[in-house]
Amino acid sequence: MDFTLKWMVWTVPTAIFCGSIIIIVLAMAVWQTVSPSLERKGFLPIPTTPGDRFFMGVLTSAYIFFAWVGLTQFPLWILLLIVVCWVLVVMIWG
Amino acid sequence: MWVSVLGVRVSGDHFNLTRYGGLIMEKWPNNRAWLLVLPVFVIVAFSAIIPLMTVINYSVQDIFGPGQSVFVGTEWFGQMLGNERLHDALWRQFLFSGLVLLIEMPLGILIALAMPKKGWGVPASLVTIALPLLIPWNTIGTIWIIFTRPDIGLFGYGMNKLLGIPFDHTATSLDAWITVMLMEVWHWTPLVALLAYAGLRAIPEAYYQAARIDGASAWSTFLYIQLPKMRGVLTIAFLLRFMDSFLIYAEPFVLTGGGPGNATTFLSIYLVKIALLQFDLGPGGAFSLIYFVIVLLFSFIFYQALQRVGKGGTV
Repeated sequence: MDFTLKWMVWTVPTAIFCGSIIIIVLAMAVWQTVSPSLERKGFLPIPTTPGDRFFMGVLTSAYIFFAWVGLTQFPLWILLLIVVCWVLVVMIWG
Repeated sequence: MWVSVLGVRVSGDHFNLTRYGGLIMEKWPNNRAWLLVLPVFVIVAFSAIIPLMTVINYSVQDIFGPGQSVFVGTEWFGQMLGNERLHDALWRQFLFSGLVLLIEMPLGILIALAMPKKGWGVPASLVTIALPLLIPWNTIGTIWIIFTRPDIGLFGYGMNKLLGIPFDHTATSLDAWITVMLMEVWHWTPLVALLAYAGLRAIPEAYYQAARIDGASAWSTFLYIQLPKMRGVLTIAFLLRFMDSFLIYAEPFVLTGGGPGNATTFLSIYLVKIALLQFDLGPGGAFSLIYFVIVLLFSFIFYQALQRVGKGGTV
């Protein structure tokens, strides 16, 4: 048996990407257990929990990424800043 | 932890304010129950999350073979997002799903309204209508290939020889679309009809009696009693038909293979062409992720709509 995960052809950027999402989800699960949060209404049209807001933030970020890569030639690190800010905004005020 | 009651902050440990029922207090759910979901989570991790992460890895590399790959960054995403054929397939897909909903929803409701309400006709019509749902998808494609063949097919021969209208789904795009739509409507309208029928049967007789006393016409009975009462099941039918038609593969692949030309190349047919037939794993991975994110967005929007219907209390 080959347990080396070579078949998954990992790269450093994708490992960081998947790793950070997994870590954030796990951290939010722990946070939710320690101090449970309520559904609330922010600027988003529906009442949301922190998990909903994270999901919506990441999903919309995917569309921002597609627009960025598909329509512009700007460097990706600017996109990363924008996306992180966007997810934070959704998480805090969404 | 705090909850807000009428705008006043109230602290309390095990209460949750639901916003829909006014001031209904309910106990905070015990999150330890989620541990029971762990086995399912492990299965999903192997069947969905690990493959998804592999697709993410593929989408940023040019893969020549096992152990031979080059990191290319977002090149495939740029290429796929600017790909004219992908755009065409996407619009085609939206047109297809839109037509499917436009035809199947009203037709399914009409069939449900026309179905008998009691007697031997109920099981007879239910079984007859459910038949297309029981046939394997590949077989459905094959059935319609034969059915529409101009030389031996009942439909194709009838159109060409008896009515004198040239019809060949392998030659003209419009004929291919008509055939695919006919096949799709024949295959899946029964699902809408069965769901709508279940919704209709769940309406208490008292509503109809009240409508008769008020002298309501058949149309206003439909508009103000039957349709609102069917909203829940129709939303489910809408969701199922949208998602299924958006992900359609087997039937049009068997029937037309995406042709003639690219006339019936829907998203999943084009994806399989890139990823498996041309073995372009990198672009295929990027395409998959774009497709996945589109499906995810629509699932999320429809899920929210469905939740709202549930809370609205109809059905």
